[in-house]
Amino acid sequence: MKKILLIIQREYLTRVRKRSFVVMTILGPLLMAATIIVPVYLATRMNETKTVAVLDESGVFRGKFKDTEHMKFHAVEGDITTAKVDFAKSGEDALVYIPKTEVTLPSNALIYSGKSVNINITSYVRDVMRKRVEELKLEAQLRGIQTTGDKPVSVDDILRSIKTNIGINTIKIGEDGKETKSFTEVNMVLGMFTSLLIYFFIFMFGSQVLRGVIEEKSNRIVEVIVSSVKPFQLMMGKIIGVGLVGLTQFLLWVVLTFGIVTVVTSSITPKDMKKTATEQVLHQPGISPEMSSALSSDAEGESDQDMGVVMEALQTINFPVMIVAFIFFFVFGYLLYAALFAAIGGAVDNEADTQQFMLPVTVPLILAIVMAQYVVQNPDGPLAFWFSIIPFTSPVIMMIRIGFEVPVAEVILSVVLLILGFLGTTWLAAKIYRTGILMYGKKVNYKELWKWIRHS
Amino acid sequence: MHLFTADSVSKQYENHRALDKVTIRVTEGHIFGLLGPNGAGKTTLIRIINQIIAPDEGKLIFAGRPMRPDDIASIGYLPEERGLYKKMTVGEQAVYLARLKGLSQHDAQHRLKAWFEKFEMKGWWNKKVEELSKGMQQKVQFLVTIIHEPKLLIFDEPFSGFDPINANMLKEEILAQKEKGATIIFSTHNMASVEELCDDIALIDRSRVVLDGAVHEIRKRYATNTFSIRFNTYEEALSPILPQGFEVLSESRDTEHRQALVKLPAGATPNQLLAAVMPHVTVYSVNEQIPGMNDIFIQAVTGSSSPTPTLE
Repeated sequence: MKKILLIIQREYLTRVRKRSFVVMTILGPLLMAATIIVPVYLATRMNETKTVAVLDESGVFRGKFKDTEHMKFHAVEGDITTAKVDFAKSGEDALVYIPKTEVTLPSNALIYSGKSVNINITSYVRDVMRKRVEELKLEAQLRGIQTTGDKPVSVDDILRSIKTNIGINTIKIGEDGKETKSFTEVNMVLGMFTSLLIYFFIFMFGSQVLRGVIEEKSNRIVEVIVSSVKPFQLMMGKIIGVGLVGLTQFLLWVVLTFGIVTVVTSSITPKDMKKTATEQVLHQPGISPEMSSALSSDAEGESDQDMGVVMEALQTINFPVMIVAFIFFFVFGYLLYAALFAAIGGAVDNEADTQQFMLPVTVPLILAIVMAQYVVQNPDGPLAFWFSIIPFTSPVIMMIRIGFEVPVAEVILSVVLLILGFLGTTWLAAKIYRTGILMYGKKVNYKELWKWIRHS
Repeated sequence: MHLFTADSVSKQYENHRALDKVTIRVTEGHIFGLLGPNGAGKTTLIRIINQIIAPDEGKLIFAGRPMRPDDIASIGYLPEERGLYKKMTVGEQAVYLARLKGLSQHDAQHRLKAWFEKFEMKGWWNKKVEELSKGMQQKVQFLVTIIHEPKLLIFDEPFSGFDPINANMLKEEILAQKEKGATIIFSTHNMASVEELCDDIALIDRSRVVLDGAVHEIRKRYATNTFSIRFNTYEEALSPILPQGFEVLSESRDTEHRQALVKLPAGATPNQLLAAVMPHVTVYSVNEQIPGMNDIFIQAVTGSSSPTPTLE
């Protein structure tokens, strides 16, 4: 056990000190941050003026929506049904609907739009509503203090008590008049992003395991080491060490991306944009091209996505479940494939010989990521079911389905099969590995591998 | 006292038997030569001793008891196929390999520094292995083999990759290890070094031990009672003056002397040879012809059966 820790330590330290690791760690977040920031930046610099109709049933915000450089507001009257009909005819950009509330101050709004709603409109509406509601609350507080003569509470307490969250739902009105609440898009985006991430990391770090094993073999150091530790310990030490490098890189990416986005957005965007930085980070996966095609979302892309929707949808997502699922499928998916990569590395003498064995290992993985876009459209179909059950594709596909409603039994089945799959490939890989690493100058084929498996 | 015994060890592979009831006994404090042509099964046996692979049959006895997995900490192994991580620094790598053999970080560092000093390698500590010459790498490799002061050292073709100066230094160091009490198994094709270093040998050919024992006994066993004699004479032939049963194998002459190789009949002594020739010739020297390990090797391997295995 102590020895396997030593091996893990070496594998980990030599890799994180490599220049390529440092470069990747810096470049990754820069790229990711850029894909988040650029659309946001562009959105804040929109040059056409949007016209927005406001139907304020509560009357609380009358005259509060002031025209800005890029937004023109005008109030409409009547009920929402007619307002929507008028809106559809008018060619205006958005309709803000603030329903009447009975007891409390209004804290919700609906924004209808023919297209996805511009982020600035949402932010502005939210900001105006929040300020107005807080103002009214403060007045009420002050009145209370004056009339009852209560001892004034601290300013902090007052500020806390008037703090208001405004919920905004955006609803897209299709050309046929159909209204869609774009909730599932967040699930899709999140699912696609996490599954892409798993796919990417399995490939990237699986091939690091492969190269590491080949390196040890072609260096001829492997026999020195297996005279000190069992081949299985060496193999698992490498797999775990490289896996930890992967996790480290992932965490660094998340932290750095978040940091860059927060710093940059706060310097280039108006004040009310700042608080959406977090939402942007959570939302950023949607920018990748695979994603947008999979989502078949409109060409305006993510910048026009409504943060209010995102926020609301995010609240409906069970994050603890998502995180646990992500870590599980990430770790076990990697372990399952890394064992196979290690076996291939052990069987061949150099990287050029890996081709014939790489194909059957990479095909299921590539198939999974290709199928992902169909699964995301029909997460309960037979395709989605089978791909999320088979251990070789489940790490990628199950992550998509987790974002939707998945029967618990299917998740358990998938988890159990993935663990069994991991144990199976590791057991098989260990047999190939321990024979292969001591074999030099032999052209290995599948028949030969089968012999190794049977005889060791 | 045997430090290590392999008792009728067999190993079967898919379509050949790598070891067939092989028995070797390695005496404590001796240098034991493991000889044999390529493909005879030496490497398989060495890997079994290192517990890299397990035998199908047979027993392994280490220090008087069945071998245990943790005995590998008492073994130092320098494989024939050897190398180091090219991108790692020398010091870090040496410490890593020493710790894999069970040394603590502190001990490993401490001992390695001392050895680096002794071998004049101090400046190498922070260099990457790929920056060292092949010979320097071999030195590092040798160091990490002995750093944990194992009871049993196994060297598989240790001299390959060393220039004569470093090879000599290595030989000295191997003898020094023996002096310190280490037992050494030494596998090589270099028969001169076997004669020089080994106390005992086992010769493996086609998966079996075909010859084993102490080197001097084996050489005596292969001695054919043949003597070379240098002399001066005006007589034309040597054979007429020799007693019955004495046979002249070859004769040669240089500017000063003549030389003959004479095979004596069983039981005859060199004194009889001298007594017969002294009245006729002036004798300058008489030497017994003891076969070298090289001859014994070839004779044992090719003589036992055909076809002839190739030697390297």
